[in-house]
Parts: sequence; structure tokens; C-alpha cells
Amino acid sequence: MLQSVLHAAGIQSARIEALWWVMFWVTTAVTLVVLALVVVAVRRGLAADAMDVTERSSLRRVAVGTVLTAVILLGLIGGSVITSRALASQRSADALMIEVTAYQWWWAVEYQHPEPEQRVRTANELHIPVGKTVAIKLLANDVIHSFWVPALHGKLDAIPGHEATLWLRADQAGVYRGQCAEYCGHQHAHMAFVVIAEPPDVFERWIQAQRQTAHAPATEQEQRGLHLVQRTACVMCHTIRGTAAGGRIAPDLTHFASRSTIGAGTRPRTREYLDQWIKDPQAIKPGNRMPTLGLSDADRSAIVAYLEQLR
Amino acid sequence: MKTLLAIAVLMTAIGCDRERRDFKLPNGEQLTSSTRLTSLQPGAPSTSGMKESPLEDNAYALSEGKRLYSAYNCVGCHAKGGGAIGPALMDHRWIYGSRPEQIYATIIQGRPNGMPAFGGRIPDQQVWQLVAYVQSMSGAVSQYAAPSRDDDMKVFKPENRREPPQPPVQTGHR
Amino acid sequence: MSRAPVIELPLTDEMLSRQSRELARTWAPARGIIGFFSEVDHKRIGMRFILTALAFFVLGGVLAALMRLQLAFPENTLIGPDLYNQLFTMHGTTMMFLFAVPVMEGLGLYFTPLLVGARTIALPRLAAFGYWIFLAGGVFLYVSFLLNIGPDNGWFSYVPLAGPEFGPGKRADTWAQLITFTEVASLVGAIVTIVTIFKYRRPGMTLDRVPMFAWAELVTSFMIIFAMPAVMLASTTLILDRLVGTHFFNQAEGGDPILYQHLFWFFGHPEVYLIFLPAQGLMSTLIQAFSSRPIVGYVWLVTALVATAFMGFGLWVHHMFTVGLPQNGSSFFTAASMMIAIPSGVQIFCWIATMWTGRVRLEPPMLFALGYFVIFIIGGMTGIMVASVPVDLQLHDTYFVVAHLHYVLIGGAVFPLFGALYYWFPKMTGRMPNRRLGMISFWLLFIGFNLTFFPMHQLGMIGMPRRVYTYLPGLGWETLNLAATAGAITMAIGALTLTVNAVYALRRGEAAAANPWQASTLEWSTSSPPPPHNFSPERVIASRDPLWDDPPGQPIVVGVRSDKREVLVTRLLDAEPDHRYHSPEPSIWPFVTAMATTFMLIWSIFSPWALVWGSIPPAIAMIFWFWPRGRSIDDETHPPEKGRPQLEAATGPA
Repeated sequence: MLQSVLHAAGIQSARIEALWWVMFWVTTAVTLVVLALVVVAVRRGLAADAMDVTERSSLRRVAVGTVLTAVILLGLIGGSVITSRALASQRSADALMIEVTAYQWWWAVEYQHPEPEQRVRTANELHIPVGKTVAIKLLANDVIHSFWVPALHGKLDAIPGHEATLWLRADQAGVYRGQCAEYCGHQHAHMAFVVIAEPPDVFERWIQAQRQTAHAPATEQEQRGLHLVQRTACVMCHTIRGTAAGGRIAPDLTHFASRSTIGAGTRPRTREYLDQWIKDPQAIKPGNRMPTLGLSDADRSAIVAYLEQLR
Repeated sequence: MKTLLAIAVLMTAIGCDRERRDFKLPNGEQLTSSTRLTSLQPGAPSTSGMKESPLEDNAYALSEGKRLYSAYNCVGCHAKGGGAIGPALMDHRWIYGSRPEQIYATIIQGRPNGMPAFGGRIPDQQVWQLVAYVQSMSGAVSQYAAPSRDDDMKVFKPENRREPPQPPVQTGHR
Repeated sequence: MSRAPVIELPLTDEMLSRQSRELARTWAPARGIIGFFSEVDHKRIGMRFILTALAFFVLGGVLAALMRLQLAFPENTLIGPDLYNQLFTMHGTTMMFLFAVPVMEGLGLYFTPLLVGARTIALPRLAAFGYWIFLAGGVFLYVSFLLNIGPDNGWFSYVPLAGPEFGPGKRADTWAQLITFTEVASLVGAIVTIVTIFKYRRPGMTLDRVPMFAWAELVTSFMIIFAMPAVMLASTTLILDRLVGTHFFNQAEGGDPILYQHLFWFFGHPEVYLIFLPAQGLMSTLIQAFSSRPIVGYVWLVTALVATAFMGFGLWVHHMFTVGLPQNGSSFFTAASMMIAIPSGVQIFCWIATMWTGRVRLEPPMLFALGYFVIFIIGGMTGIMVASVPVDLQLHDTYFVVAHLHYVLIGGAVFPLFGALYYWFPKMTGRMPNRRLGMISFWLLFIGFNLTFFPMHQLGMIGMPRRVYTYLPGLGWETLNLAATAGAITMAIGALTLTVNAVYALRRGEAAAANPWQASTLEWSTSSPPPPHNFSPERVIASRDPLWDDPPGQPIVVGVRSDKREVLVTRLLDAEPDHRYHSPEPSIWPFVTAMATTFMLIWSIFSPWALVWGSIPPAIAMIFWFWPRGRSIDDETHPPEKGRPQLEAATGPA
């Protein structure tokens, strides 16, 4: 998964990366020139027996250096303003609207739609169509967080009481990792998410699948898992649409098995990691909101079996 | 120099109870199943293990209890402590007892006329956090540990500015 | 304004040495335990500041080493999230508030009177109070840390995370109150410095002859006065929200978390210039001394300092580029943040010109000054990058910024600081440090620093955010983090070598002459270490570099008593004598006031009534402190008449 500023896969991050390279080369050149001057000055100073150059001509050279500095800086300021304008120009009226709410320490994702029943709720993973502008409206549920997927755009803070919108567009299909970039408490380090950019038809199929209610359990163990999910602590926090689980304070699990990570990017979603997670989430992500439950091994296996089939 | 180090080690060992952040109870076992609804029992009465509230003076636990109070929808019946469908929790009138283990039992076992039994649904540590928070609503915990105002519209005095309780009074049902 | 007449007075060597002995007796520090707490000698107070700040530097470094050990491997379990969050908060708070500003203040307290040729600092009891408050604040912070009440929300302590709902307990209040302690100490130091430089200069030291470090301290002191109130507001409103339930930062009741950020960063950005500007003065000092020629472009350098100070107040929003503020406003701050590179550039070019036209000697202090060029310039370049809004949108709150800030702060302030401490070590202690150890420690620090922080540029570019206690494997961050940890260990060894050098020199170093580096400023005209009264005789200044350019046989200032603690107060612009002033004797009341204030401030974390009842002991202590001393000794001589200066300068032995 790419989480790099230097591997831009979208138009916004490409604009920023271009500006960065210009700044990189300019500043590298300036650094080398100035350090060369320092080296030469020291060597002359080491070799000198007496002062030779007058103060006036020294000051003239200082003035020249200063003017050059100012000119270079003005150029960089201009480049920066141009890029800022370009970033702001990405707004579009027919963008795909996604509302992302940052919680301690996970991301609630809701795809907007004029008809409420067409809206899709998921968590910690976004799918977006390649080539289409996406508007991500950022909200914060508790403290300040920051939504940052470096391959696609710079970051934007999610501040409680404020709404802010990030406009981006992916130009290459791929899987891009993002991470919270504003210190938000104990598990700021494990508050990641994934953005999957895919061809528009693949995206349509995905979102249609997400609109369905939860996949019904088939085997006896899976049925027992559903029974347990509804009978123990899971229902207090999680939603699984189509079952009795309607809690709203934790990630939506309706299509849990279609996602790639557990615990907001903390572990890959495999059966083994899921088992470890349910057994003791506090050992993997200490301080996070999911308590350690003390379920029996048999109960836990049934729940894992049920969750693993929620594609 | 050595005395300084010794004092430093001692202070770290003592720590400050109020500021501990425990992410799980040490014994591990969390969920409890529902227990007896009544204290009536045949034969000689046995004093069941009176549990002290382990988290009463812990600021982190009180803060978590406050968060869970909204998250688990206690506000739905008890409002923010003033009561609506359910009785008020910030006064000194208690139907089923004001001691921590009695509040614990109330939450775990449920009560007639609408209080659900949360035993088996909420792990033990979180129940004790809720117990501690409920105690703080009537001003019964240390003001230095009790939560202050929340980042919401002001509807009540923060818990750390509530008066110490009058002696709790047993009332019947409303 | 007529100049003081030069009269012919027969001053013999014998008279001068008798006066010198009398001065030493008059200005001798108080003795014993009470004397220790009553100290008003600026050199001893300055030394206490420096040593205490360096002790906090070591503590902050230990915290950083622990952080680096935790981050050496992915998903490391050495330190859990709660402790790690406390560690990085304590590291930042210690370095910014308990080390960087106080150590510059300490150097200023020690050397400002020596640089301007005064017998002591202005307002010495206030300076003493400042030290005790600083010490109390630092001890308070670390005691809290050991008791698990140490702050854990970052050195900037943003709301709502540090607010009443999400910051349970008293941890954030500890941070906020530490701010109060250190900000009072800084304000006090600033006031003392300004008065000393404006009013205590030796006759003949006009403003354009004031040494560069004194100029830097003066400009910094003015910045402190304008910057500190903002952080005072931020920390006070934070405590009010938490303790009393006000709604400054509660958006549901009309407050705003962004207000906190503005208040904090309006202070926070000038804060880094508070650290950086004195170091610029130190650089000028070192470059001049070790190029054996007066600094090129004195007026330009002073102007650059002043320009940096003014512009430094117009940059603060560059810490908030990702908050979603309007684009045009943010672009203004991009422009300002880039333009502030211009005064820095002027200074760098002037220093290069000085070395170019001088006779360079590669002693350890000069190596540290050269290290500045490499490190600070790289830091400045990355600063230009993050000054741009679009680039900052990617790089904010990543390890790229960690790299940038350490390059500018360590390169721009700590390296000149170590160079200056080495340079002034003979003056302060009377011993020469070991040259070999000095060289070794420089190279260890230089290599270790770059090994630690250069990889962090790359780490930020490939996605590693700040303030994370661990990271996942497979993201390509492992090797760079391991390299950074190795560099941190190297830096620690370098710092240890510096310490060993200092201790060794104190015990076995060769005795230092008055001017071992053949430098030009006034502190080198007196013994190493200076006597309690700093100078005897005090000659009128005639040039910017008195020890190089003043003609021999300059008039000696007479007429200031040596049997009482008297100082000569001069006029602001041209340092003409104005009047004599009785400088305070050692007094226990600054210490008592500081302890009473400490008690009040700690109590106020727990109850607002502390401000009422707790203010009574400091008030009582201050009554004793300020109690008038009775008839002034000035009344014994003729009172000042307008236009007739009280003093004459006399010629004496050259």
C-alpha cells in the first residue's frame, strides 16, 4: 500500500508534488552555493595573513546575495500561490459526496445520496471511482483529527464544530493508505484507513453490494455466531443491518468481511487476526474503545465465523 | 544526587491513583451473567461480598463512565441525570440503594418498570466506570477526579462543582 | 547635552588597586545557606540559570532517547501509548520552556552587564526571583511527571483533547501552570535585560557600539514582552475551561477550538525566535572572535535582528495551514514565512564576508559555528518548503516537520550555544576546556545529529505522522527509524563528551588568562572569572571593539562609590552619565516571594480560591521586599542639577 507524498496517484497530490520538486531543486542549489561560499571563506580565512578586501565591497556582495535571495523567494511564493489556486479549482458540482466522521480512533464513512435508503455506511475504508472528483466532507465527533491520504491529496483537519471539505480525484487505480495526522489521544498511532481507487464500473458494483443488508449465516456455527452477536456485548456498539444489532458508536459491521483491515488499519483482516482482536483488543490497541470481553473460545470462534462471512 | 534518585523512584512507585489509566481490569474476566434479582434468600442471610467501587477516585474511569452513559443510551431514560422516564440520578433519593455495589447490581440485573438488565452486555470494567460516574452525578466522588464541563450545550453544573450529597434516602417507587 | 569634562586627576596604580579591593569587598556575595538563597550577583544567578537549563536539557534528552528506543522497531512494546504520549509532551515542554529560552536568558544575565561594561545587572532581586520561579516550575513539572500527573497532550496542548471532556484528571492543568511559571521567569528576565542595556552601559558605549550579543538579547527581550501574554491567555483560558467550566473553547456554547490555536501560535512562533535570535547574536560573537576581525555589516546585522523580530510576529498561521482557513489569508502567511528568510540570509552573508576577509582559527567554538551553517541552512530550506501552503498540506504533522524543527533549533540555536559555552567557559570558570575533547564532542554531535534527523525528512515524505508511539511493519519506515535511533545514541555520547570535558576542565584544566581567545569585547578585559564587581578600572569606551580599537590611556570613570553598592546610570542613546543608583544588597525576599507564588500557583490547579487566599503570602513577601531603605546615600552628596552631570571621567595610568 502506498502512503507516500512522492508517488502521487491523483491530480491534487500531483500538483503538490510538482511544486515540491521545484522547491527541492531550487533549495538544494541554494544550499550548495552558500555552503561552497562558506568553505571558500574558511579556506581564505585560514590562509590569510591580513585583511585584504574592504568592508564596502563586502557589503556590496552581501547586498547582491540578499537581492538574489529575495528574487528566488518571490518566485517560490508565486509558485505556491499558483498551486493553491489550482488545488482550489478542483471543486465540482457533480462530485461524489462522502461524509467522513473522525472518531477516537476510527473513521466513519457515509456515502451521500439524495435518497436516504441509498446511502451507504461503512468504516475505515473508502472506495472511489478513478477519474471522478470526490468531495470528502470532514466532521469530528470528539477531538481534532486530520484526514490524510498522501497519494491523493494533502491533509485536512477534522475539527469538532467545524465542517471542512477535501476535493480530490484519483487518476490511477490502486490501494492507498491514509492515516490520522493530528494527535488525538492514546491510539492516534493506529488510526489509519484505506482508499481504494477502482474503475467506475467496479465501484458501482461495490457500492450496490454495500447497499444490501447483511449476508445471512449458512452453517450452524455461523448461525450460532449471529445469535451470540445479538445476545452479548456486540449489539451495544455495532450495527449489522438486517439483524438486531443497531449500535451507532462503533464501526458498521454489515459488510465487515469486504474490508481489508481491522481496528482502523491496525491489523489485516484475516481470521487469525480477527480472533486475536476479539479475544483481547486492548492487547493490540491499548486504550481503544472496544473492551476486552472474556468470551469463551467456542463462542469467539462462532462469532469470528459469522463475521468472516459478512462480505 | 543519590537521595534525589531515591525520591524519584519512590514517587513513581506511589504514583497518583487519580491519574491512572487502566485499559482493562487485571483479572481479565470481564462479562458477568445476570444474577439474582432479589436479596431474599432461604436460611441464614449471607453477606454477599460487598464490593467497593474500584474506580471511584479515578479521573479516567469517571471520564469513561460519562462517555458510556451517553453511548449506551442511559440518557434515553435518565436524561443527563435529571430523569425523565427513569428516575433522576443526580439527587439523593435512591430506590435500590446508593452504595456502589447496589448501583452495580441495578445495572447488571435490571429493575422493574423499565431498567434493562445489562449483565452479559456490558463488561465488568465498564459497569464499574458507569457506577463511578453515577456516583459523581450526585457529587459523591472527589471533586478533583470528577468530570468537568463537557463540550456540549450547558444543561447542568459540571459534576466537579456539585455539592456533596445529603444523606441518601430510600424511597419507594414514584 | 554637554559631555562630561575630562579632568586631570592624579590616579596612581596604588589608588586603583585599593579601589579594586574595596569594590571586591563591597560586592562580595552573601555567605552561608541564607546567602545562597539571597544571591543577587548576576553572574551567579546567570550560572544557576545555565546549569539548571542544561540539567533540563539532559532530562529532555533522556526522554528523547526513550522515545527513539521505542520507535527503533515497528510495533515495539518497550513503551505503551500512555507513557509515550507523556514522554513526547515532556520532551517538547522541557526543551522549549525549560531549556532553550532559560539557557539564553542565563547567558544574557551573566554576560549582558559584562558586555556593556556595567558593574551589575539592573533589578538584581527581580532576576533572582525569576530564577527561583523557573526552578520551581521545572521541579513542579518533573515531580508531576513522576506522580503520573505529567501532561500528555503535546507541548502545545490543543483543545479539545486537553479540554475538560477529553483530558481527565489534572494532567493538562500541570502543563498550563508550568507555562505560567516559565512565562513569568521569561518576562522578568526580559525586563531586567532591557533596563540593563538601556541604562547601565559604560560611558562612551553609544548604541552603535553595543556588542552583537547584547543587541540580540535586547531584541529578544522586547519580543518576550509582546509574545508571552498570548500564551498566558491560552493557558489561563484552558485552566478556566477545565477548572471552572467556562466555554472559551466549547463550540456548542459559542467558543471555538481554533481560538486556542491562534492564541497559542501567536506566542508559539515568536517563541522559536526567542530561542533563535540570541543564538544569532552568539554566532556574530563567535565569527568575529575566531575571524580575528570586526564583524562585517554591524548595522545590517542589527537591522536583521530587528526585522526578524517584527516579522516573527506575522507568521503564526503557518502552523495552522491544515485547519481550513481561507486561502488568501493563508497565502499571506506563506509570503511572510518565506520573506523572513531574507534577514537570516543577510546575516549569513555578513558572516561569510567576515570569515572571507578575516584570519580564521579553527578552535572548537568556531567548529560549532561552522556546524550552524550546514545544519541551519538545511533547516531553513525545509522551512521554505513547509512555508508554502500546498506543500505544507502534505508535510504538516509528519516527521518532515520534526526534521525541519530540529535542524533549525539545534543547528540555529544549540550549536551556537555549545560554541558560546565553550568560548565563554574560560571566562566563567577560569579554566581552559580541553581542545581535543572539544573537537571530538563537536564531531559526535554533528554526525549524530545528521544521522538522527536527516532520515526523518524521508520518513515524513513516505507518510509517517508525528506523535505516534509505534508504526506498522511493511510501510518502509523501519530502516530510517533504526538509523535515527542510532544517531540519537551518537548524539547522547557527544553530549556526554561535552559534559566530561566541562567536569575535567573544572578539576584539571589549565588556568585561563583574561583574554585567551584575543577577543574584542569588554568581558575579556577583566579577570577570568570576573571579580564580583566585574570591572576595575572602568575605562570610557571609544569604539565598537574596545579591546582591539580603543586607544590606550582612555579616561577612567570616577566618582562612583566603592564602599557602597553603587552603579552609574547612563543615558539611552549616547551613554552619557546621568546619575548614580544604589544597587540592592543580597536579599532573601525574592526567594520567599517565589516560593509563596509557587504555592499559590500549584494550589490554583485545584481550586480557584487559591488566587484569593493564596495571593496573600506573596503580597506579604513583596511588602518586605520593597520596603524602602531610608535616606538614599545620594542625598549625602550634592543633588543632581539639570544640565550638570555629577561625574567626571579622569585620566589615569594607561
